[in-house]
Amino acid sequence: MEALGLLMQGFGVLLTWKILALMMVGLVLGIFVGVLPGLGGPNGVAILLPLTFTMDPTSAIVMLSCIYWGALFGGAITSILFNIPGEAWSVATTFDGYPMAQQGKAAEALTAAFTSSFIGSFAAVLLITFLAPAISSFALKFGPPEFFAVYLLTFCSFVGLGREDKHKTIISMSLGLLLAGIGLDTVSGQLRMTFGSSDMLRGVNFLVAVIGLFGISEILLTMEERLALRGHAAKISLRTVWQVWTDMPRYWVTLLRSSAIGCWLGITPGGAIAASFMGYNLAKRFSKDKESFGKGRIEGVFAPETAAHASGTAALLPMLALGIPGSGTAAILLGGLMVWGLNPGPLLFVEHKDFVWGLIASMYLGNIVGLILVLSTVPVFAAVLRVPFAAIAPMIVVSCAIGAFAIQNAMFDIWLMLVFGVIGYVFKKIGIPLAPLTLALVLGNRAEDAFRLSMIGAEGNLGVFWSNKLVGTITTLAIVLLFWPILDRLIAGISKARRPARA
Amino acid sequence: MSYFTRTATAVAALLFSAPAIAAWEPTKPVEIVVAAGAGGASDQMARMMQAAIQKNNLMKQPMVVSLKGGASGAEALIYMKSSEGDANKVLIAYSLIYMLPLSAKIPFNWRELTPVSVVAMDQFVLWSNASKPYKNVKDFIEAAKASGTPFKMGGTGSKREDQVLTVFTEKKTGAKFNYLPYKSGGEAATQLVGNHIDANVNNPSENLEVWRAGQVKALCVFDKERINYTNKVTDTQSWKDIPTCKEEGLDVQYLMLRAMFLPGKVTDDQKAFYVDLFKKVTETPEYKDYMEKQALKPVYMTGEAMTKFLGEDDAVNTALMNEAGFVAK
Repeated sequence: MEALGLLMQGFGVLLTWKILALMMVGLVLGIFVGVLPGLGGPNGVAILLPLTFTMDPTSAIVMLSCIYWGALFGGAITSILFNIPGEAWSVATTFDGYPMAQQGKAAEALTAAFTSSFIGSFAAVLLITFLAPAISSFALKFGPPEFFAVYLLTFCSFVGLGREDKHKTIISMSLGLLLAGIGLDTVSGQLRMTFGSSDMLRGVNFLVAVIGLFGISEILLTMEERLALRGHAAKISLRTVWQVWTDMPRYWVTLLRSSAIGCWLGITPGGAIAASFMGYNLAKRFSKDKESFGKGRIEGVFAPETAAHASGTAALLPMLALGIPGSGTAAILLGGLMVWGLNPGPLLFVEHKDFVWGLIASMYLGNIVGLILVLSTVPVFAAVLRVPFAAIAPMIVVSCAIGAFAIQNAMFDIWLMLVFGVIGYVFKKIGIPLAPLTLALVLGNRAEDAFRLSMIGAEGNLGVFWSNKLVGTITTLAIVLLFWPILDRLIAGISKARRPARA
Repeated sequence: MSYFTRTATAVAALLFSAPAIAAWEPTKPVEIVVAAGAGGASDQMARMMQAAIQKNNLMKQPMVVSLKGGASGAEALIYMKSSEGDANKVLIAYSLIYMLPLSAKIPFNWRELTPVSVVAMDQFVLWSNASKPYKNVKDFIEAAKASGTPFKMGGTGSKREDQVLTVFTEKKTGAKFNYLPYKSGGEAATQLVGNHIDANVNNPSENLEVWRAGQVKALCVFDKERINYTNKVTDTQSWKDIPTCKEEGLDVQYLMLRAMFLPGKVTDDQKAFYVDLFKKVTETPEYKDYMEKQALKPVYMTGEAMTKFLGEDDAVNTALMNEAGFVAK
């Protein structure tokens, strides 16, 4: 196979001491920026980008992509230990990861997160290796109606498959959609809900909201309850890692499903967030023990992490093949490529074969080296939980505030973060789930734009959402998932009614 | 600051900045503020400048690119406005500085910033999908008129340069288009390749790669004269082979500035430093390469010439916006 030969060539380019050393440096830096809430992958890569200007393109991209892998691994650490997702797609990881840490199983949760990240990325890299040309033409099939259908699917699967009360999910989601509408509307070019304030102009930044909703509210709850992070010093040893690994094959269906969802959604821009939520919800839906989700089930860490990282990695494909970055970090990498005179686009794979295959080979190597590196440092991270709450809480609040400020260099965002902290606290008290709000805040704008562009193009005809097989299938699936609880009962009712009749 | 004193300081800056080493130098990393998303034309240009400055050692402090494309770029404008007196931030501006305050009533006027220099002029080209049968503008317009549902024209943002061009194309030809505002030129390019829209009016840099790959067709360029680069870009065509729209019977012209601005209330020394810095940037091989590759017009203006140009360009853009009916009441 041509792809294999080219890949081997790519490995040949990489296996020098200099490149391997750069990889290690990149990974460590990446984990570091991933751990700091708010700093995260995109900012980290942006800060470190100029470091690479003096290198040759291959060394530079290897280092940058290793920072990227490091940040992906690192993002899971704060989600699990402090309930503060560093990146949008880490939100779903907090659902079961944080309860696990509270039960003293932080090491297991971290091991599970890292390993499933590895599996997800690996599946996506395999996909990139063998299907690159075919996939880029698939991505081109996505026009506004198709994009809207995918977002609709994400929203509907949330309502239909979620564990919480339906009305509470919808309340939370509607609030998110409302907040997403603040700022300048792309389609009409008009300001909405800014009330003449120039701080509101930018809209509500997703990360600011997430840091407040999850991080600050958690601190508030902990303060109220016991003034202690409820995590205990976990016993960390190779044995823990081994146990998780031997336990893992039992969840092969979940891992496979999440990888597939991740790869599929990763190819559509912004898919990583949708993928992590969808991976989590589907794992819950098909589990025999639905009730244990959200209470520290290891499968609840496997599912979203695998999906998020499969899609985070797959997102590099549209960036390379089409020049559309699938995530914030991918966008910065895109800028880097251009500085080195490599223009992402259909011809990159033809004109710069060495570079592309060097990058793909570095994905394999970076992932393996990264996994070993994070696993060997799990004890260090888990030890953070042993620090007294009174010492660590102010540090978390300060680093949250720095993170919120750094995103847009705006003081206003710190106030916004605090407001979201209070909202998060109240919601947790009255049992309204936070995840639908976050999801709506991220995807609300894009879904709205996609819907309105579809309507402009189709002159207001809703039939456009069934105008071809692709969009028709996704839309129908979305509606089925929305009414799934009713359908499920109906089907159960019918089969029950039939059985006695036959007997 | 009144118009007169502003001009006077500009002239003074020009007179006293002659020595190569300016008196003032940035003491911390300089932020180059981009009023658009990642990968767009402004971002690409900012990264080129960052690399040119770093590779040629034009400045001691590093330069960082800061993307502030929120609210269709309004974020960057407000950010610059509120950074009064901070000479460590420089905006890479385009026609947005005239249009956004008009269409969305953003409290911003470019006169509140300090103009440094105009570094290039950008072109607009009418593009269609390569698989479509029309070979020239005439065929395209005929097809648009004959079509049952109006043709879909994609572009960046709403009530901005791309939509203005669409409105004027409609006015001159009588064809009707449905305008689809996307978040970036890159998105408009891939949507055209995927046949989700019938045409776009992207800058050359935004469609360059898909043009080279033979996925889109360049119908005409919205300028008085053809683009003056004769090296082959695709297998058969150079930029110069694209006819002007006027040659093709579509009399619409538009050029867009790419200019550098400092925040308001900076000192003359500080301004002089940047005038000198960007002058040097335009002399680097990186800049020259970039101009040719992305088909930009290498224009350099500063001081009084720039102030005069900005005044005129503002008037032209305001007139276009008024005629297109995009000015918010």
